[in-house]
Amino acid sequence: MAPRSRGATDPGGERHLLSSGDVARTVARMAHQIIEKTALGGPTARSVVLLGIPAGGVPLAERLAAAVAEFSGVRIGLGRLDVTLYRDDLRRRPHRPLSSTVLPEGGIDDKLVVLVDDVLYSGRTVRAALDALRDAGRPGAVQLAVLVDRGHRELPVRADYVGKNVPTSHGEQVVVTFTETDGTDGVYLRREAHHEESQS
Amino acid sequence: MRHLLSTAGMSPAAAETLLDTAETLKKTLLGREVRKLPTLRGRTVVTLFHENSTRTRVSFEVAGKWMSADVINVSASGSSASKGESLRDTATTLSAAGADLVVVRHPASGAAHRLAGWLSSTNTAVVNAGDGTHEHPTQALLDAATLRERLGTIAGRRIAIVGDVLHSRVARSNAYLLSALGADVVLVAPPTLTPVGAATWAEPGAGGTVTVSHDLDAELPTVDAVMMLRVQAERVIGDVANFFPSVREYSAAYGLDGRRLGLLPEHAVVLHPGPMLRGMEIASTVADSPRAAINDQVRNGVHVRMAVLYHLLAGKDEGA
Repeated sequence: MAPRSRGATDPGGERHLLSSGDVARTVARMAHQIIEKTALGGPTARSVVLLGIPAGGVPLAERLAAAVAEFSGVRIGLGRLDVTLYRDDLRRRPHRPLSSTVLPEGGIDDKLVVLVDDVLYSGRTVRAALDALRDAGRPGAVQLAVLVDRGHRELPVRADYVGKNVPTSHGEQVVVTFTETDGTDGVYLRREAHHEESQS
Repeated sequence: MRHLLSTAGMSPAAAETLLDTAETLKKTLLGREVRKLPTLRGRTVVTLFHENSTRTRVSFEVAGKWMSADVINVSASGSSASKGESLRDTATTLSAAGADLVVVRHPASGAAHRLAGWLSSTNTAVVNAGDGTHEHPTQALLDAATLRERLGTIAGRRIAIVGDVLHSRVARSNAYLLSALGADVVLVAPPTLTPVGAATWAEPGAGGTVTVSHDLDAELPTVDAVMMLRVQAERVIGDVANFFPSVREYSAAYGLDGRRLGLLPEHAVVLHPGPMLRGMEIASTVADSPRAAINDQVRNGVHVRMAVLYHLLAGKDEGA
């Protein structure tokens, strides 16, 4: 995907919401918020584990962990949590391939787990993630960090850390790209006639 | 994927997807206290076994239960089949009763294909768990999973399948699958137990080959894995003596004993689909040696069958 200037609309109906510079600044701000809200490094702080939800949450969690380490000097746990086996829409969507789950050494018991995803939409992925977490251990507390909150929640789910709130309609698609997986950083809003939502 | 009836014609990509899913499931469940995933909650799996089985039936049942499906076991002796009900009527009954998937084992080759045809107007999926001397696809998949785990890769490997190839659905399914995945399969059997045309089993365009040999000692030094087969006396038409003079002579020519284990390269793996006849096709010292991956095969069988159930039952069918 070629980088486009911010706010530009191309004939295909795609709007550039965040440039790569915006993504970097947003990740840095979210990292600071995580440090502040979890009182990281403080005497009473729980140890923190970031779990990225594949696919989009994984590179975001890696960057947040790196930024938190850079700003606070504290190395926090990092892992990934595949929620496919816990989804409630397996029978309604085309077949989904599985991704891997990797928990940090020491597990997640009694830790403060921050779930990390690229886009928060219906909240169903987060529900599935909470079920998956229950099978992986018993965290002391669970929080949620997302790069984009696009609204339209179908479940009582709220993010603790939000990079950007984007008002959207159901007919639109929020596309998040990361250098690691897509070659460039950016967030795009795409209008599709025959939309097949890939986020939730 | 609508049914799993055979490994013949299965694309390498489809097979690798199943193997990858099985591997991921294995890692997901590793070290867990509670081995239960909610994935197939509310789906019903029926195992319909017209032949005796320990590992295949248990493996499918465990796979279904670990994914929260409701698993119901029907054996021919305990069902209306013993009163003379046809396979077709039994199958449509199971489908009407709400089975989302039927795992079928039957002594007649082609039974699973017939069943899938009869159930084509329903949503019920069919998995072939062994049909006569024809195919046993999940066995071949679990063998491939075990080989991949032990050897790292399958493409370019040389794999001997030894024994009663004529009556073996395991040999056939493995020859199709492993050659499609790029392995060179050599079927080692007495001429009397070699099926006609076995050397043509590799699909056109397969990455590997299927060849036939009658000399076990000559093959062993060059193989990466050796898969021992049981002589299927229950499928032999007429007298076993029509095929080989005595068990001792069979064992001397085609049994894997300590001496032959020594002929294998250091890294080579020994497989057996079970049940084993210790002392006939495989010696106890071999079966219990660390070179044997027989228990790994059973372990991987559960994950492979979980992957098959997941691919057949989760996700809207794109094609149909």
